[in-house]
Amino acid sequence: MAIKQLSVFVENKVGSLVSVTDAIASTGVDIRAMSMADTQEFGIIRMIVDDIDTAKAKLEEKGLFMSVTEVVGIAVQDRPGGLDEAVKVLSDNNINIDYMYAFISESKHYAYVVLRVDDNESAERLLSERGVKLITESDISKM
Amino acid sequence: MNKYFQKEMETMPVEQIKTLQEEKLVKQVKYVYDNVEYYRNLMDKKGVKPEDIKGLDDLHKLPLLCKDDLREAYPTGLLATDMKNCVRIHSTSGTTGKRVVAFYTQHDVDLWDDCCARALVAAGATDEDVCHVAYGYGLFTGGFGLNGGSHKLGCLTLPMSSGNTDRQIQFMMDLKSTIICCTPSYAAYIAEVLKEKGYKPEDNHLKAGIFGAEAWTEEMRRDIEKNLGIKAYDIYGLTEISGPGVAFECEEQKGMHINEDHFVVEVIDPDTGEVLPEGSKGELVFTSLDKEAFPLLRYRTRDICVLSREKCSCGRTFIRMTKPMGRSDDMMIIKGVNVFPSQIEAVLLNENYAPNYQIVVDRVNNSDTLDVYVEMKESDFSDKVKDMTKKEKHLQSAIKTMLGISPKVHLVAPKSIQRSEGKAVRVIDKRKRLGINI
Repeated sequence: MAIKQLSVFVENKVGSLVSVTDAIASTGVDIRAMSMADTQEFGIIRMIVDDIDTAKAKLEEKGLFMSVTEVVGIAVQDRPGGLDEAVKVLSDNNINIDYMYAFISESKHYAYVVLRVDDNESAERLLSERGVKLITESDISKM
Repeated sequence: MNKYFQKEMETMPVEQIKTLQEEKLVKQVKYVYDNVEYYRNLMDKKGVKPEDIKGLDDLHKLPLLCKDDLREAYPTGLLATDMKNCVRIHSTSGTTGKRVVAFYTQHDVDLWDDCCARALVAAGATDEDVCHVAYGYGLFTGGFGLNGGSHKLGCLTLPMSSGNTDRQIQFMMDLKSTIICCTPSYAAYIAEVLKEKGYKPEDNHLKAGIFGAEAWTEEMRRDIEKNLGIKAYDIYGLTEISGPGVAFECEEQKGMHINEDHFVVEVIDPDTGEVLPEGSKGELVFTSLDKEAFPLLRYRTRDICVLSREKCSCGRTFIRMTKPMGRSDDMMIIKGVNVFPSQIEAVLLNENYAPNYQIVVDRVNNSDTLDVYVEMKESDFSDKVKDMTKKEKHLQSAIKTMLGISPKVHLVAPKSIQRSEGKAVRVIDKRKRLGINI
């Protein structure tokens, strides 16, 4: 169920992000969602793309350092309290969220959230039991 | 006020010093040959017998000892007497992490204390002084060395050790410390904190300081003198030979007098090992003349210096050495601790890193800093910042265990550290820009 995320290591300096976006642009792959974690020294660019294999191959060719991780994607109701319901179920069950980021698409009803947790299976089970809609790779490519 | 601690020795005519050295040397070589198997083997290999050493002119015939020998002989291979005759050890780091251990009998401690007492008197101390020792106490020789000298002289000794600057200042003010002994960078830091607390240089009772164990410049000396309102004296020494006090500065502040009644000094060409004439720039080599437990003969210090026999107006006849102008090996002194790049490399290899790293040393706010840049492994990379910080912390503590000082570790992308054609640039010592001879 989980979706694949591409995480790229970059130095925290001018031009690092461009080297990544430029490479991906040249492949025609679309970046659906993105977040950046920064420390004083380095940054980690996390992306959900519509064709991870092509993007990865291109970045590797450019000598960039990366990893592919499985993350949980959910569609929450785009209304006040929509996210709260989803997060609460994880917190109630003692599942820690390392990081998360949200994105929207053309749909007016949903906002999409990427969650990084240690135990994807449990998180997905709990979320769907609670009626939260999970998104899949094919959902992403159709967006 | 006495100008000298041991006037007879310190002002002995040069010819007499040489005669004394010759007598001691002949005896010492025989003592070492009879009691130190490691050195006996070196002499045998070179075909030198104790009876071949009849005086100072024969000294060059003896084999040279270097830090690698000490590492190889670790821990007791160069010990010349029964362990039960020893009363203390001190220790310093070796090239690849194996430490060098030096042993002392009570006699050895006494002669070392004498050397430090001479340094204190040369800095103007008497038994009326309050001597504030802010060198670290422990395996490092700084604290115990000056502590011993201060006792011997009869000063009130404050065994402060390093760190806890607020407490240093409280005692300094309340007990009216008059002499301070520490690293020059710590002295500069104390001066800064005093200023922050609103003290003016004339508010403290200090009159002199004895500063050693790391490289410092004349500019730094002037700053410390001005900011603390004292005269600042340099001191030289190394654990292998005894500790601080092998050489010390007098009121002239023009080079350090070597305690020649206990040590013979030579200057050699670091590449050929050949003895150079007086006044040449070269590597200092020391022979200890009367130590019992750890009597090293012809020990290579790797410190590059110039010696001068020129008459000193202080009246001391002991030869003078310049401040070390550099080193003939890659050892760095960071926060008073000997650090070899190979030690850091050993930790990295042990942690399964490729030996692609860079060490950056600097001095920020008068304190040395050590940064280690390491190319990460594939398994280090995580999409979670927390995991990566954990890896850095782990490496940091592994390096700290090896060196005794904390580095800041930075994981960088693979292949991001510049490769060079010839010798890799492993170390960038930015302290050089401050004019410090590393």
